[in-house]
Amino acid sequence: MLRVSMTINGKQATKEVEPRTLLVQFLREHLGLTGTHVGCDTSQCGACVVHVNGNSVKSCTLLAAQADGAEITTIEGLAQNGEMHPVQAAFREHHGLQCGFCTPGMVMSAVDLLKKNASPSETEIREWLEGNICRCTGYHNIVKAIQAAANEMRG
Amino acid sequence: MYAFEYHKPSSVQDAVAALSDKEDPKIVAGGMTLLPTMKQRLASPSDLIDLGGLPELVGIREEGNSLVIGAMTTHAEVARNETVQARIPALAKLAGGIGDPQVRHRGTIGGSVANADPAADYPAALLGLGAAVITNQREIAADDFFVDLFETALEPSELITAVRFPIPQRAGYSKFPNPASRYAIVGVFVAQTDGGVRVAVTGAKGSVFRVTEMEQALASNFSPESVANIRVPADDMNSDIHASSEYRAHLVTVMAKRAVAAAEG
Ligand SMILES: Cc1cc2nc3c(=O)[nH]c(=O)nc-3n(C[C@H](O)[C@H](O)[C@H](O)COP(=O)(O)OP(=O)(O)OC[C@H]3O[C@@H](n4cnc5c(N)ncnc54)[C@H](O)[C@@H]3O)c2cc1C
Ligand code: FES
Ligand code: FES
Repeated sequence: MLRVSMTINGKQATKEVEPRTLLVQFLREHLGLTGTHVGCDTSQCGACVVHVNGNSVKSCTLLAAQADGAEITTIEGLAQNGEMHPVQAAFREHHGLQCGFCTPGMVMSAVDLLKKNASPSETEIREWLEGNICRCTGYHNIVKAIQAAANEMRG
Repeated sequence: MYAFEYHKPSSVQDAVAALSDKEDPKIVAGGMTLLPTMKQRLASPSDLIDLGGLPELVGIREEGNSLVIGAMTTHAEVARNETVQARIPALAKLAGGIGDPQVRHRGTIGGSVANADPAADYPAALLGLGAAVITNQREIAADDFFVDLFETALEPSELITAVRFPIPQRAGYSKFPNPASRYAIVGVFVAQTDGGVRVAVTGAKGSVFRVTEMEQALASNFSPESVANIRVPADDMNSDIHASSEYRAHLVTVMAKRAVAAAEG
């Protein structure tokens, strides 16, 4: 067993885990943070995207041990004082989801994009979502939601 | 995924020692290739040696007329680095076109080069620029490094510490990506260097290779037209559900033309 410790959504978490524990298992099974989804488990779909030290990554392809000492943000950490993050609010407003399975990963990817590029073009948004697959929406409303959130966040 | 022991050494020496001591150890860098392989049980190392605790393997510096990129530098860092963008823009573009943003945030140049996937992008840049792979033991010229499908000149307990890229006069990269993974169905890297023109192709065969006929044509006239009529034989090219060998052979010429045009700026 291995002792890992990280800061998740501002709170410290320390646990003993098997070395082969994936970060997404650590989040979902050890900490009960089931907002992060597992779609493919093969690094393709992006349902499991979380932020590790400020960058979006696929938590199904990272060992909890590799994230030891890191700052993690998951979908559960976006809302502040009960108020949705502008990207979450825009997904709701613009119907950026249907079944909602891909949504946590989509939102986490989009939040990372807007942190790095406050005014992305439609092409830049679509290219950034290369690693996030949605079987329902056809992406148009996801792109629309991200554009709206970008406008909102620029104020 | 089978169980393994996990180690995070705090020096290159400790990492190398662990590689020599353990029964069936493997380095993990970004893990973007190794972890999926372990999940499929195609790899089952006894020990994982995580290079994530070695900041000395991360970073990009200009050294004389070359860029030295640490093995643990991520694709995202190479893509957005101002020195790379200024000195070898084709390399920044190549790194920015690997996979997707989340893969680029974790995947490293050392991991990509060590893995030598026949469809990976970096091998084309290493061979096209005449780069050198720097290990804990020696320097290996790209021409000698890539041996075959997933096979390199690395010894079992050898660790890549950096890659040295000579700065070319100009260079361009063009790939025809697999629409799902973004791996190269065919990718061509063209560079005009102090040592002459080099043309390197990835994705088309078991391993990256040079096309001397194109190099000679470009040496006398560096323009897309020079390569437009040069065909490469399809005989020993890869053939799969994504592209037949004939189609790949055709793409080599098309991507070479585009790479030259990109190098012309
Ligand atoms: C969805 C997806 C899409 C992708 N698309 C592309 C693409 O378009 N183009 C492309 O080129 N690649 C692509 N990749 C692969 C990606 O670039 C990987 O990051 C890369 O192949 C491996 O790098 P890594 O740092 O993740 O290495 P790891 O997976 O950690 O390791 C890979 C291998 O290299 C060895 N190794 C790692 N570092 C060293 C070192 N310093 N010295 C010696 N051996 C070492 C490991 O032991 C292992 O055998 C994709 C991957 C995924 C998951
Ligand atoms: S579950 Fe991680 S990429 Fe699909
Ligand atoms: S909303 Fe169903 S997968 Fe995207």
